[in-house]
Amino acid sequence: MDFNASTLLLLLPEIVLLSAIAAILVLDLFLDQSKRVFTYGMSLAALVATMAAVMLGDNTSQVVMHGAYVVDAMGSVLKVALLSVGIFAFIYSRRYLSDRNLFKGEFYVLGLLAILGMMIMVSAGSFLSLYLGLELLALSLYALVAFDGDSKPGSEAAMKYFVLGALASGMLLYGISMIYGATGVLDFAGVAKVIASGQADQTVLTFGLVFVLIGIAFKFGAVPFHMWVPDVYQGAPVVVTAFLGSVPKIAAFAMAMRILAESMGGLGPEMGWQGWQGMLIILAVLSLALGNIVALVQDNIKRMLAYSTISHVGFIFLGLLAGGDKGYSAAMFYTIIYALTAVGGFGLLAILSRKGVEAENLHDLKGLNKRSPWLAAMMLLIVFSMAGVPPTVGFFAKLFILDALVNADLLWLALVAVFFSVIGAFYYLRIIKVIYFDKPESEAPIAANADARLAISVNGLAMLYYGIFPASLLAVCQAAIAAL
Amino acid sequence: MSADWPILSAVIWLPVLGGLLVAFSGDKAPNISRWLALVVAVLTFLLSLLLYTGFEMNTAAMQFQENIPWIESFQVNYHLGVDGISMPLIILTTFITILVIIAGWQVIQYKPSQYMAAFLIMEGVMVGVFSALDAMLFYVFWEAMLIPMFLIIGVWGGPNRVYATIKFFLYTFLGSVFMLVALIYMYFQSGSMSILDFHTLKLGLTEQILIFLAFLAAFAVKVPMWPVHTWLPDAHVEAPTGGSVILAAIMLKIGGYGFLRFSLPITPDASKELDWLIIGMSLIAVVYIGFVALVQQDMKKLIAYSSIAHMGFVTLGFFIAFIILAKPEVDGGVILGMQGGMVQMVSHGFISAAMFLCVGVLYDRMHSREISDYGGVVNTMPWFAAFMVFFAMANAGLPGTSGFVGEFMVIVASFRADFWLAFLAATTLIVGAAYTLWMVKRVIFGDIANDNVAALQDINKREALVLTSLAIAVLVLGLWPDPLIQIMDASIANLVNHIAVPKL
Repeated sequence: MDFNASTLLLLLPEIVLLSAIAAILVLDLFLDQSKRVFTYGMSLAALVATMAAVMLGDNTSQVVMHGAYVVDAMGSVLKVALLSVGIFAFIYSRRYLSDRNLFKGEFYVLGLLAILGMMIMVSAGSFLSLYLGLELLALSLYALVAFDGDSKPGSEAAMKYFVLGALASGMLLYGISMIYGATGVLDFAGVAKVIASGQADQTVLTFGLVFVLIGIAFKFGAVPFHMWVPDVYQGAPVVVTAFLGSVPKIAAFAMAMRILAESMGGLGPEMGWQGWQGMLIILAVLSLALGNIVALVQDNIKRMLAYSTISHVGFIFLGLLAGGDKGYSAAMFYTIIYALTAVGGFGLLAILSRKGVEAENLHDLKGLNKRSPWLAAMMLLIVFSMAGVPPTVGFFAKLFILDALVNADLLWLALVAVFFSVIGAFYYLRIIKVIYFDKPESEAPIAANADARLAISVNGLAMLYYGIFPASLLAVCQAAIAAL
Repeated sequence: MSADWPILSAVIWLPVLGGLLVAFSGDKAPNISRWLALVVAVLTFLLSLLLYTGFEMNTAAMQFQENIPWIESFQVNYHLGVDGISMPLIILTTFITILVIIAGWQVIQYKPSQYMAAFLIMEGVMVGVFSALDAMLFYVFWEAMLIPMFLIIGVWGGPNRVYATIKFFLYTFLGSVFMLVALIYMYFQSGSMSILDFHTLKLGLTEQILIFLAFLAAFAVKVPMWPVHTWLPDAHVEAPTGGSVILAAIMLKIGGYGFLRFSLPITPDASKELDWLIIGMSLIAVVYIGFVALVQQDMKKLIAYSSIAHMGFVTLGFFIAFIILAKPEVDGGVILGMQGGMVQMVSHGFISAAMFLCVGVLYDRMHSREISDYGGVVNTMPWFAAFMVFFAMANAGLPGTSGFVGEFMVIVASFRADFWLAFLAATTLIVGAAYTLWMVKRVIFGDIANDNVAALQDINKREALVLTSLAIAVLVLGLWPDPLIQIMDASIANLVNHIAVPKL
C-alpha cells in the first residue's frame, strides 16, 4: 500500500479524464458559438482517450491509495461500458442542443464530470471514495437536469431531484457512519474482515446496512425509493434523460457490488430475515410490480420508460440477490445491456425531436415506419430488447437472471419475474404499435445528423448482435466477477 | 447421416438473409422485391427438398445434424437436426411460403417489400423451430416468430387489427415464458440444454406434472386448444390472407410439434397421468367448437373455428396412446393414433391454407367476409367455385382427400381405446360436413345474390396456380399417404417405445 509514482499509473484513466475536463473547460471559454462543435469533438476525444487508458492499463486485482482505490477486472469492464454508453449519449445530444440554443460547453463538461464521478465510484475501495464519486456524479446531474434554464418542468425536476437526492445521500452517510461505528474501518476489504471475524455489533451493523441499502435503492430508483425517477426523466431535456437514465445505472451497479457483495457479503441469514438478500427481494418484487403496471397507463414515453427503468432495476436486484458468480455476472450483464438499450431508446427520441417540437408522447412516434423505415427498425430492436423478446439481447439478459434464480433455489421469484415481464410486454407493444400500425401525423422528413444516424444504427444493431452472440459479453462479465 | 454441408442452416438462414435483402430493396420498384422474394422462397423450397431426398427412412436418429457451441458457459449449442416428425413439417413450411408470396403479389400495395420480407424471415425462423435440437435455440426461434407475425397482422390486417395482434402476442408470450422457466429448471437438473438429453432425464412425478403443465401453457395456446383458443378467431379474421395462411398452416403445427418433441418424451408419466385432461380438451374442441363454427357469419371466423376443431384431432391422436397402452389386450392402435395426428397436421396445413386463400380470393374482390354478402358465386366464378367446393369437401373429410386420412386414423385408434371417445370424435364427420358445406351452399350456390356478386371476375392465372398446387397436394396425400407415413414411421415407433417406459 505504499505510495509511489507507479501507483499514479493505475489511476491514469481518471487522470486523463480530469486533465481533459480542465483543458476543455478553459478552451471552451475562448470559442465562438459557431466553433462550439470543437468542444463536442474534444469531449468525445476525451472519452475515447480515457477508454484507451482503461483498456491498456493493468487490471490485475490490487488495492492502492491506502484502500481508497481498487483496480480489478470488474472495474475496467464497467468503466469501458459507461464510457461507451456516455459516447452514445453525447452524440445524440448535439443537434437537439443546438436546435434549442443550448449547445454550450457546460453540457459536455458537466457530463464528463459526472462520468469522472462514476469512474471513481466504480473503482472505490472504501466508503469515503465511493461517497466522493457519488456526490460528484449527483451534483453534475442536478445541474444537467436544470440545463434548460427556461424550462419550468426542467427546473422543477432538478429541484425535486436535488432535495430527494440530498436526503438519500444523508441516509447513505448515516448508514456509513453506523458501519464505521460497528467495524472501526471504512475500506470495504477491512469491513468484510471485521464482519467475518464476528466481532462487530450486529445491531449497529444492521442499522447501517439498512440505511446504506436505502441509498443504493435510491440511486437505482427502486420502489419505494423511486419517486424522483418519473418526474426527473420527464422534466429533464431528453438528451439529459438519455444520459442520466443509462450511464449512472452502471455506476449504481458497481456501488451495490462493492458495498453489498464485497464488504457486506458476509452478513448472511444469521442477521435476521435472510440479510440484505431478503431486503432486496422486497425491493425487487415491488419494483417489478409497480414499474410494469404503472407504465401501462403512461402516454408520455419518457415517463413510460422511467417506469420501465424501475422494473428493469427489479431484474438487476434479482440477479444481485441470487448471488454467487452466476447471479453477479448475470446482473452485470443485465446492467450493461440495459444502459445500452436505454440510451438508444432516449437517443431516438432526441433524434425525432425537431426545433420547437419535443418528441415525448406516444403519438409523436406515429407512423415512424412510414417516415423512416430504418429508424423504425432500430426502435423495434431496442423496444423488443427492453421487452426481452429473442433474438434481441434483452432476452438473454433476462435469461441469465432467471437461470441464476433457479440456481439459487428461488424458482418462485423466477415465476414472479416472468409474470411481470408479460405484463410489461404490453406497453412495449404499444410503442411498436404506434410506430408501425398508425398513420403519421406529420410527413416532415426526419433531419438527423450523420453522426447521430450512425450512433443509433450501431446502438440498434448491437441489440441484435449481442442477441445472436451473447457469449462474448457474458464471458467478459463472468471473468470480471470471477476475479473479484 | 450427417450432411457434407449444412443444409438445415441454409434452409434457415437463406430466407432470413433474403428477407433482409428484400426489406432493403425498398418500395421504389415493388416488382423487384416481389420477384426477389419469390426467387428466395423457391430456392429455399428446392433446398429443403434435399432433406427429403437425402433422408434415411429406417432410422429414428436425428439426421443432417449440425452442432457448434453457442454460449459455452451455459452449454447452449447451435444444434440442428431433423427426424421423421420434423422433416415433413419443414417442407410444408417452405412450400406454403411460396404460395403466400404469390398470393400477396398484387393484393399488398402498402410497403410490399416489408410484407414479403416479414414472411421470408418468418419462414426461416419457423424452420429453425422445427430443426432446433437445443432447448434454448428452440426457444429463441419460438419467440422470434412472434415479431414478424405481430407486424404482419398489425400492419396489413383488417380494421380491428391492433386488438387482434396484441392479443395474439400476449397470449403466446404468456404461454411461452412458463415453458422458459421449465427449460431452465431442466437445464439446472441435467446440466445440459440439449433436447435429446432432456428426453433421458429422470424426473419425479410432481416435477414432471409441473413441467408438463408449463409446456401445456405454451403449446395449448399455440395449437390452440379449448379454452385458450380465443386469440385465434380474432387473429385470423384481422390478419391479411397470407398471415392467416401461415398461422393456420404452420404456426398451429408448431404447437402440435411441441407435444411430440417436448411434452410426450420429456414427461411421459405426467402425460399419462393427465391424458384425461388433454383428451377432454381435445374432444371439447372437436365437438363444441364444431358447433360454434356452425353459427359463424364470417367466413374467416368459420374456418378459424374449424381449424381449432381439426387441431383437436391432432392432440387427441397423440394422447389417446396412453389409454391404449393401459389396455394390454389391445394391440397396435398407439402408432396409428400418433401417425394419424401427424398426417392430420400436414393435411390441415394444406387444406386450411387453401380455405383461407379461397376466402382471400373473394375478399380481394368484394372486401367482405360476411357469408350473407355472397350467394351464387358459381354463376360468375365457375373455376373458383370448383376449387372452393373441392377444398370444402376436403375440410369435411371426404375420402380421397387428405382430410379423410388423418381423421380416419385417429378415429380408428380411438375405437381401440374406448367406444364413446371414438363416438364423440366421429361426430366431427357430421358437424364438420355441416358447417363447411352449409357455408359453401350459402356462398357458392343459389341464385346470384346481388350486383356485386354479378360483377365478380373469375380467378386469374396466379390464383389458379396457387389453388391448383394445393389441390394436387391434397389429392396426392389423400390417395397415397404412404410416403409420408413411411418417413415418420421409425420416429413415431421410437417415440411410442420411449413413452411406454416409465421414467420414474
